[in-house]
Amino acid sequence: MVRPALEQVWDWLGEVPDPEIPVISLTDLGIIRDVAWDDDTLVVTVTPTYSGCPATSVINFEIEKKLRDEGVGQLRLERQLTPPWTTDWIKPQAREALKAYGIAPPIDGTAADGVLAGRISRLSGQSNLAVECPRCGSTKTEKVSQFGSTPCKAAYRCTDCLEPFDYFKCI
Amino acid sequence: MAPSLSDVMTPDAAALAAAQKGEGRAPLKAGSPEHDLFTGLTRLGDNCLILGHRVSEWCGHAPVLEEDIALANMALDLIGQTQLWLGLAGEVEGRGRDADALAFRRDGWDFHNILLVERPNGDFGQTLMRQFLFDAWHAPMLKALEGSSDDRIAAIAQKAGKEVAYHIERSADLVIRLGDGTEESHARMQAALEALWGYAGEAFIADAVDTRLAEAGLMPAPESLRATFDETVNAVFAEAALTRPESDFAHKGGKQGRHSEHMGHLLTDMQWLQRAYPDAKW
Repeated sequence: MVRPALEQVWDWLGEVPDPEIPVISLTDLGIIRDVAWDDDTLVVTVTPTYSGCPATSVINFEIEKKLRDEGVGQLRLERQLTPPWTTDWIKPQAREALKAYGIAPPIDGTAADGVLAGRISRLSGQSNLAVECPRCGSTKTEKVSQFGSTPCKAAYRCTDCLEPFDYFKCI
Repeated sequence: MAPSLSDVMTPDAAALAAAQKGEGRAPLKAGSPEHDLFTGLTRLGDNCLILGHRVSEWCGHAPVLEEDIALANMALDLIGQTQLWLGLAGEVEGRGRDADALAFRRDGWDFHNILLVERPNGDFGQTLMRQFLFDAWHAPMLKALEGSSDDRIAAIAQKAGKEVAYHIERSADLVIRLGDGTEESHARMQAALEALWGYAGEAFIADAVDTRLAEAGLMPAPESLRATFDETVNAVFAEAALTRPESDFAHKGGKQGRHSEHMGHLLTDMQWLQRAYPDAKW
């Protein structure tokens, strides 16, 4: 059988939208870790965003559907946990797409680290990350909740234009 | 002959297990390294599962919409982590039980979660305090597990640790805001602390299984996490204007399968569907 070039497979996967945020693709999100041939079987290695993300099974289904539609007969999906997914892997063009879609993109380097001692003053104060409102661009925004519509987002509100919005939090 | 009621209601666990891979394999021998690892992994998985279930009970009932969503998302993280831990436990056991089989077809005495996580939700303050006490142990536990001699454990810990970093940030934040809030919220948080403090210590008490796992470099010695826990809770309580109870007396038994009266009720609710309709799919 003809084995499509791996670049071609990557391009195909780049056409599969994320099921929850359809303006970015699976490759934009950085969750496709590897694509390789094992004899005549195409092996796609995927890493989950969050361990409980309900989109995971939908994503696997979409990958399989797309590749079958493109004529790939033998296919195997593998899960890889390490290195764990990080928002740093979201591609630059996808960040712009997120913003246009109304979701503030992650601010790299601001992930919670679980080391609490140094964060107590911040926790007890009013300070927030300077998250830009995706509507009006103001940085006068405040966090409403650490968890937004999905585990990967936090709920924010713009105090200038009053628009509530999601912030794709850094992980 | 029509099946009797008990035949219909009680799945044949032996037949179900035999239908899967690993059929007929003898149970792991207590005290063997495999059994120790299985036990350690179910302790991790069951903590996540039972707390995840408890937190999910808030879905649709939280005081404000944002908190309802936050609680549901935290529960989702915990259930996701459960799948990883119990999935690995089933793999180590090698008797064909996957994460679902372990979650839905074990009885109370085979669950190894600490008693803290099965405490009923109470009011919002008690739910938050339970979460904070758990997170203050969970975060350093995962950090230590990243150094496990078993790569599979380290991988799950690394993944879960990133999520739990946000859990503790949220629970600490809310404990501070409500503890140092109104007279009413302060009183409720202090009452929650006093009601739950006696359940915070179990996670730090080692038994023979913990000791052997620590010696093998698989999991940290439980008591080694106490200093970080104390540092975290003391700092947060100070900001939250809450008084830490004087006695560190700890109720224990959950890790060994001796649970409180609340556990059976929780399992009845959680396991009903899979017990009545094994392998049900939709």
